[in-house]
Formats: sequence, C-alpha cells, structure tokens
Amino acid sequence: MAQVTLHKVVKNYDETPAVRGIDLDIADKEFVVLVGPSGCGKSTTLRMIAGLEDITGGEIAIGGHVVNDVPPKDRDIAMVFQNYALYPHMTVFENMSFGLRLKRVPKDEIRQRVENAARILDISELLDRKPKQLSGGQRQRVAMGRAIVRDPKVFLFDEPLSNLDAKLRVQMRTEIKKVHQKVRTTTVYVTHDQVEAMTLADRVVVMNAGLIEQVGSPNELYHHPRTRFVAGFIGSPAMNFVPCRLEETSGALRILLPGGHAFAVPAERTDRYRQYAGNADLVFGLRPEHITETHRNIEPNQESFEVTLEVTEPMGMETLVYFQLDGAEVCGRVNPAAGAEDGRPMTLLADLNHMHLIDGKSGLVL
Amino acid sequence: MSATATIDKSGPSRPVRHGSMSRDRRRALIWAYFFLVVFVIFFLTPPVYMFITSLKSSTEIAEARNPWWVFDPTLINYKALLGSSEFLTFIWNSAMVSVLVVAITMVVSVMAAFALSRMRFWGSATLATGVFLCYLIPDTLLFIPLFKMFAVFHQLTGIQLLNKWYVLVVIYPTLTVPFCTWIMIGYFASIPKELDEAALIDGANYIQMLTKIFIPVALPGIIAATIFAFTVAWAQFLYPLAFTTSSDQLVLPVGIVTTLIKGDVYNWGQIMTGALITAAPPLVIYAFLMDYYIAGLTAGATKG
Repeated sequence: MAQVTLHKVVKNYDETPAVRGIDLDIADKEFVVLVGPSGCGKSTTLRMIAGLEDITGGEIAIGGHVVNDVPPKDRDIAMVFQNYALYPHMTVFENMSFGLRLKRVPKDEIRQRVENAARILDISELLDRKPKQLSGGQRQRVAMGRAIVRDPKVFLFDEPLSNLDAKLRVQMRTEIKKVHQKVRTTTVYVTHDQVEAMTLADRVVVMNAGLIEQVGSPNELYHHPRTRFVAGFIGSPAMNFVPCRLEETSGALRILLPGGHAFAVPAERTDRYRQYAGNADLVFGLRPEHITETHRNIEPNQESFEVTLEVTEPMGMETLVYFQLDGAEVCGRVNPAAGAEDGRPMTLLADLNHMHLIDGKSGLVL
Repeated sequence: MSATATIDKSGPSRPVRHGSMSRDRRRALIWAYFFLVVFVIFFLTPPVYMFITSLKSSTEIAEARNPWWVFDPTLINYKALLGSSEFLTFIWNSAMVSVLVVAITMVVSVMAAFALSRMRFWGSATLATGVFLCYLIPDTLLFIPLFKMFAVFHQLTGIQLLNKWYVLVVIYPTLTVPFCTWIMIGYFASIPKELDEAALIDGANYIQMLTKIFIPVALPGIIAATIFAFTVAWAQFLYPLAFTTSSDQLVLPVGIVTTLIKGDVYNWGQIMTGALITAAPPLVIYAFLMDYYIAGLTAGATKG
C-alpha cells in the first residue's frame, strides 16, 4: 500500500511561488508522470515528495501517513537523478548496497538483493566496476538498481533520461517501463519531454506555472485536452492554433478564420458550441494529423482547402507540410506519395471531426 | 572545362599548411623551456650550494678556494648533528608539533568546511568569508597580542604555556585552519549536490555523509590541504622564535639558528647541514603525494 497524496501543496522560494497549491492522488502501483515546461514546478513537487525541499503549505502523505516533517530517509522512497549521482569512489555493488549497509541489513541478504536487481537490469557483469568505467546508459541502470534494491514504497525519477543521447533514451524508456512491470512500485516520474510522458505513464499530470493543468491518461490528454496549454503541449508536432470567430447561419455553425477561410462545424457539435456564436475571441485547434492530402472518399465533416506550402519535411512514413493559413503557421501530415513540394500549391483536407474550439481569453477548451 | 574537372577529382589543390600549428607550438615550447631553465637555476642554486657546503669541513669553508667545489668531502657535519642529542630533540619537537597541528587542522577544517558548504544555516556565507579574511592577517601582527594572551592565561590559571613546545600546537592552527577550510570549502562545493541528496535518501546522516561520501570523494583536496598544513607547521619560524626559548623546547628552524650561531661565530657547515635535513621531510612528502594531489578522483561522478 503506497499511494501518494498531495493536498493543496504550496512551495515558495523567498516569496517567489514555485508550486501554487496542487492536489494529486497517486494510486498504489501507479506510474504517474509529471510533465511541463522548465520552471513549471514539476521537479520541485517531486523533491517535496522526496523530502529534499521543505513544504511551504499543504500536506503530502505517503501510504496514508503525512510526511511533511519526516526526513527523506524515513519516507521509504528511492530517487533516480538526472545526473545519476553515483558515488564515484564506490563500485557498482557498493553503490547499490550503500543504503542497505547503512540500515545494517545482513550481508547475505544484501548480496542477494543486489544480484537480483542486477539481473533485472542486466548489469550483473558490472558489479565490480567504478562509475567512471561505465557508459551513460549503464550508469543510469546502476542508478535505477540503487533504487530497486531498497525495495521502497515509491520510486521518484527526476528527468532520468535527459543526459542520454536520443537513441539510448528511447531504449531506456522501454527499459524503465519493463522494470515497472516487473517491480510494480508506485512511481512518480518527472520529465519535460511529452513523448516520454505519453509512453511511460498510466496517468500524466501536465503542470504549468506551478499549477496542474490537467490529469489524465495519455489518450485522454491527447484527445480531450482541457486547456489550450495542454492541447499545445501534448503531441508532436504540436496542435495548430488559428484565431477565429464563430457564426451561426440558419441553425448551422461556421468557423471563420481572419483571412476568409471558413469551415463548417460538425452538426453533432452544434449544441455544444451554439452559445459561443458571435464570439470573436476564439481559437480554432486542429492536430497536424487531421490535415491531410485530399482523397476520393471524403467523409462527412471533412473539408478541403487550398494552400501554398512553405516547407516540407519528409519523415519517411509521412511528410510534414508547413504553410500559412490566415496569418498562422500551420502544419499538416500528408502521405509521402501525395507529391508535396516546397513552394507548390496543394489542396489539403481538414478533418473537422477532431477540431477543438478554445476560448481565447480563458484558454479553456470549449 | 577539362582542367576544372581534373582539379575537382583530385581534391583541393591548395597546399595544406600542416606546419603552422607545429611552428607555433615549437616557438611556445622554446620560450617555455627558456623560462623554466631560468627559474630552475634561480631556485636550485641555494640548495645546491647548501649541499656542497654541508660536505665541507670548517677549515675548507674558510679557505679561499673555489666555493662551488668540494675538494675533501666529509660527513663530519652530518655525524656531529645527528649525534647531538640537542639536534635530535629539535627534530622530535618539530615532528610532534607538525603531526599534531596537521591532525587538529584537518579535523577542524574538514568539519568546518562541510558545515559551511553544505549545511546552509543563518550566516554561513558570512562565516565562510570571515574564515578567509582570518588568513589575510599576517602572523607578524599577531604574535605580540598572542604572547600577551598566554601571559594573561598564565596569571589567571597558573598554567604556563609559554616556552613549551606544545604552545605551538595551539598557535599554528590560527594559520593553517583558515586556509585549509577555504581549500576544503572549494573542494566540497565541486561535489554535485545530488550526491548528498542521494546519500540523504539512502539513509545517511550528516556524519555518515561526511565520512563515507565527502571525505573519500574530496581526498585529493584533503591531501592538498594536509601538505599545506604540514609545510606551514614544519617551516614556521617567527612563532617558535617568539614563544619558545629553552633549547629543549625549540623546533628545527629556530634551533639551528640559535644553537649553531654562537655570538659572531657561524658554524656554516653544520648550519647548511641542518637546513638540508630540515628541508628533507616536506620534499619527501611532496614527492610521494604528488600523484594523489593531481589525481582527479571525482571524474565520472555525474556526467560522463
């Protein structure tokens, strides 16, 4: 039983608020990722859970016990740092067993637990090496091993993959997921990389400016973002935003872009959006994958429009196309066979079944 | 057209100047060697002259022959000094003072540096600067007030520390502790913060963090500080001259000067021998610990 509960948690650094009151319930065995741009308070939140930062206000509970004033060593947590923080003068074995030795765990048990963890992480051959003899990926494994051997209630990861190169990062991401499937410990993971967040998490917590923007499963955040920030932060390339106004003509709603482009709102959304008709301060949001090349079988609520492409980026399985749409930079994803070329005009298809309408002032998705 | 084509195939025709780099390097090396030789001559002439003189008898020193050559080498000076119980007492006093001062200095300065660099408390930054300012006060300014303090201490408690070799053990740390603390603060500051956080989460208390993480990781810094403290304690001249007078309480540097110069009679042979013997221990220590001194033990602590 190791749920983690944050209740109205606040952190100020000399009057500067870093975390401005967040509530979060993390279930036992859950893998939760805190994601957000730098300075959003995600690392501070993690460090407060770890006990490395004092809590200015609110309450943090681990396994049902409020730990506000409990020192880190008594919280039964383990943490993996971005720069690994391995003890440079100790071998891998000594690094991994340091916590257990301090707790005076019997030697046989230490050996058994270290070897077990080493087997899970595939570092059994490295136990006699010093950290400086290891590669970045191996060091990261050792840092994880140090966390696993202690069999803590909660794993805390602070951007553990940020120091690795791109290829290794993808590999270690899978590794972390596998380890979690094997060990099943409640995990709180901090990253600024939304791809990492999406791939690893049971639930993603998107933070911005010291507050939680939205909590939800990766798919929920992707398909039903609650705010413009979440809509723009999750997904790569990011969602396209074009300022727009909404007009009602004989019962049907139309989105008018500043340059004259117009798209019909799907009929089933009419009731949802009707109250905003006439509002000129709205933002039209559509993900790049919902802007494609035209094809023969156009489904309902798909509308074609003409643009001149500025830049095309062939990715192999698709080509990203960038163009101006009524003053906004917009990205679409087209089939590589569709013949997209820099500077050429092209007819594209917008799938309005997946459109989002955002209130320009509050930033809320309507 | 065809000419262009051939050039394209054979690559750039412009001569590649491999030479510029090595010519620069050679010029830099020549100057480097020139100044090194100048400095070596400048600094090694006195010890060489000491060594030459130490192998001469008093009569040979007094002769008007080439002073840079030994015509009748003799170990008489070494025998005389190492056979004199007075001189052996000086060595013993110097050794005791130095070892104790180094021990006290390292215990105090390592703990002080750890506290000042890692346990953030009210006024810790000011204290750290204050420690360094202490070092800037010259010892020539301090020995009179210190002397007065010990005299008053004697009046109040009846404990006489003046003219005892161990008074130096009390005084020297005023020179060594500030500087060593400063070196260690710098060293500890270079240890990444995550290392103590990892130790904290692993369950270490501050003492364990210091002994199991900081001291081993900062070993090169500790050795550097130790060498410094030893050198200061071993070679200090002014304080022992002021605070000790009886010949059984003297340390080497003062002992040589006060016992081997009798009135206006300078026993040059023995003075030079004594100075050489005095210079030997720091030399030996430097020679052995130089590798540690340079070794970068922290490599691989965090980023690769």
